[in-house]
Amino acid sequence: MTRFFSLLILLAVSLPAHAAFNIFATVPEWGALAQEVGGDKVSVYTATHGLQDPHRIEAKPSLIARARTAQLVVATGADLEIGWLPLVVRESGNAAIQFGRPGYFEAARFVSMLEIPPVLDRTLGDVHAAGNPHIQTDPRNLLKVGEALARRMVELDPANATAYVANYQAFAERLRTALVRWEKQAAPLRGVPVLVQHKAFPYLQNWLGLKETGTLEPKPGLEPTSSWLAGIVAQQTAQPARMVLRAAYQHAAPSLWIAERTGIPVVVLPFTIGGTPEATNLFSLYDDTINRLLRAL
Amino acid sequence: MRTTLTAALAAVLCFAPSADAANDAALAEIRAQVKQMKESYEQRIAALESRLADAEKTAAKAEATAVQVATAPPPAAPAAAMSAFNPEISVILQGQYKNMKDIPERGITGFWPANGHSHGDDHSAEQRGFSIDHSELVFTAGIDPYWRGNLTLGIQDNEVEVEEAWFQSLAIGHGLGLKGGRFRSGIGYLNDKHPHAWDFADAPLMYQVLFGSHASYTQDGAQLKWVAPSKLFVEIGLEAGRGSTYPGTDENANGANAGAAYVKFGGDVGVANSWLAGLSYLQTSAKDREAEFEDVNGLAAQGLFDGTTKTWIADFVWKWAPDGNPSDRNFKLQGEYFRRTEKGELDCLDEEGVGNACDPAMSGATVLSNYDTRQSGWYLQGVYQFTPNWRAGLRYDRLDSGRRDFGVNANNLLVADYRPQRATVMADYSWSEFARMRLQYAQDRSMQGVTDNQVTLQYIMSMGSHGAHKF
Repeated sequence: MTRFFSLLILLAVSLPAHAAFNIFATVPEWGALAQEVGGDKVSVYTATHGLQDPHRIEAKPSLIARARTAQLVVATGADLEIGWLPLVVRESGNAAIQFGRPGYFEAARFVSMLEIPPVLDRTLGDVHAAGNPHIQTDPRNLLKVGEALARRMVELDPANATAYVANYQAFAERLRTALVRWEKQAAPLRGVPVLVQHKAFPYLQNWLGLKETGTLEPKPGLEPTSSWLAGIVAQQTAQPARMVLRAAYQHAAPSLWIAERTGIPVVVLPFTIGGTPEATNLFSLYDDTINRLLRAL
Repeated sequence: MRTTLTAALAAVLCFAPSADAANDAALAEIRAQVKQMKESYEQRIAALESRLADAEKTAAKAEATAVQVATAPPPAAPAAAMSAFNPEISVILQGQYKNMKDIPERGITGFWPANGHSHGDDHSAEQRGFSIDHSELVFTAGIDPYWRGNLTLGIQDNEVEVEEAWFQSLAIGHGLGLKGGRFRSGIGYLNDKHPHAWDFADAPLMYQVLFGSHASYTQDGAQLKWVAPSKLFVEIGLEAGRGSTYPGTDENANGANAGAAYVKFGGDVGVANSWLAGLSYLQTSAKDREAEFEDVNGLAAQGLFDGTTKTWIADFVWKWAPDGNPSDRNFKLQGEYFRRTEKGELDCLDEEGVGNACDPAMSGATVLSNYDTRQSGWYLQGVYQFTPNWRAGLRYDRLDSGRRDFGVNANNLLVADYRPQRATVMADYSWSEFARMRLQYAQDRSMQGVTDNQVTLQYIMSMGSHGAHKF
């Protein structure tokens, strides 16, 4: 038996590198972005889908197996994946994708972070030291992240550099056109007061000028309590919000409870690709987000 | 087995490319070619980067007019203080209130008393009323780009125990991982999980009979594991260690006294299900391993075991969550089965001079016999999280004392034939992922003739930066 094991180990040491450029994306938005930049030169595996809570993923064996053969991990960073990604990366035995290596890419490093907490204390809930990690809700961040990602892919896979640069430029062009359209469409949303279930949308609010008047979670990541929700309802008279926003992966009860007692609509936003049936790519994600917000006005 | 294991580990450790002098010329040529390729690539990259930069400049202008760019502060510089290099530190507070029968010397009938000779183990699981378990202090950090370290201390009154102290490779690659120092062995499913990660307030009976009150086998040694480059998760692990803890004993010897090997498989079924299954083997040897026995007349006797212990564990875990999103609801089914054989000699003595069957004349004589056992056991548990805060679970434990051949000492010592069992139900509430309170009820029939109804109220609180938990 030991001879068998030794043989396997020696076999592993002498295995050749894989031909395809494998990318392991933690969440659907980075999977889609990597696909836009990589085109047919890359094989993208996305670890989660739009109906999963990105804070609460487990370090599943299937993820370790996929990380094992990846040349590049594309993560959000800012501690979003802290509950599972460090373990997956370490357990994979893949030296190229360890933290600090070029094969480990964190999107949050390339955008301006919002809600950086002045004090770090768990009594304030599930706060992220680097700021709010839900950066993908502002499509302008895709330009910055996409550019950095293209650079990283060129560095790691120079043979396909031309394709990566060209793909990124084409994508950025389409995105800029779409941005003009989206901002025109979303103009009526500017200044609209909203409640949010989880602090999932500060970048979206910042982009479209929505005004957050309260959160249903008493502290980030903590389940709403009935007394806290009653306070939110009471606050409606002084500071009336027009709608309550919830990310598709979150459970419905708290926002429905508020909607029932205040009469304002619940808007379920896709949050990422796959969150709603309409949000199928990086463009329809924001089309659908804006449409859903406008319908609630 | 032991020597070949050590040899295999050593071979891999020493595995380094060795260039033959005769090949130097060929190598130089290859190096020149590589250098040339690198230079040409670098030129191309530089050209492409300048194109990218140009494109951005023009784009930036367009963006400035089309898009109102949010003015946010630039990313904060990392804290420059030396403290930024401090390891991640976390503290686990764990304690309980327990209601159970007053039994002076608890044990599991039909099995070797894993806690050996020590009377009145003050492990809190065996204390009645209020008690705190040891608090766990964990330090973890990257050491350099190649290594990562961990130190886990168990702190109790008048006692600090090094539970784990290991370094782990980060940069070997090829799916290989090397760990050295003191670490929880990778065998079985529950073995490498610390008590705060358990789903019940106590360990399954099978872990208690296999490894004693810590309910985990810890190696002082090295572990080498390999993850296969396949979509199906396949991990193979080899360990060699000092083997000083139960079922082995500390031996003043070169080489390794404990060897372990395991293979694990895992994957997903659809988006909602994930699974992990494994098969593990542990071999240890013991010399003068001592335990308390009862002789045929009910008098105290002591037994010393010399020999080899072989343990097989089969484990599986199945997790389900709607849409693969466990934050709201999820279910976890977990089971393990073990089979253990011990072969060697048993020396029966009368240390306390009570005139037991092994030394009725109190002359200091001992009785040496064969010792040959084959025992097994299993547990199965399910835990259901039905709201974001609440979970409930059921567990059933069953052991079989199996074959116990004590040779001639069968005439002197009481050889119980028994099937210990226990049924447990628990419910726990979590305020957040860092704070949990658990109520547990168990009907424990692990001692022959005793039915112990145990109620436990337990808290588990974690402070500081605590790393992710394994699947």
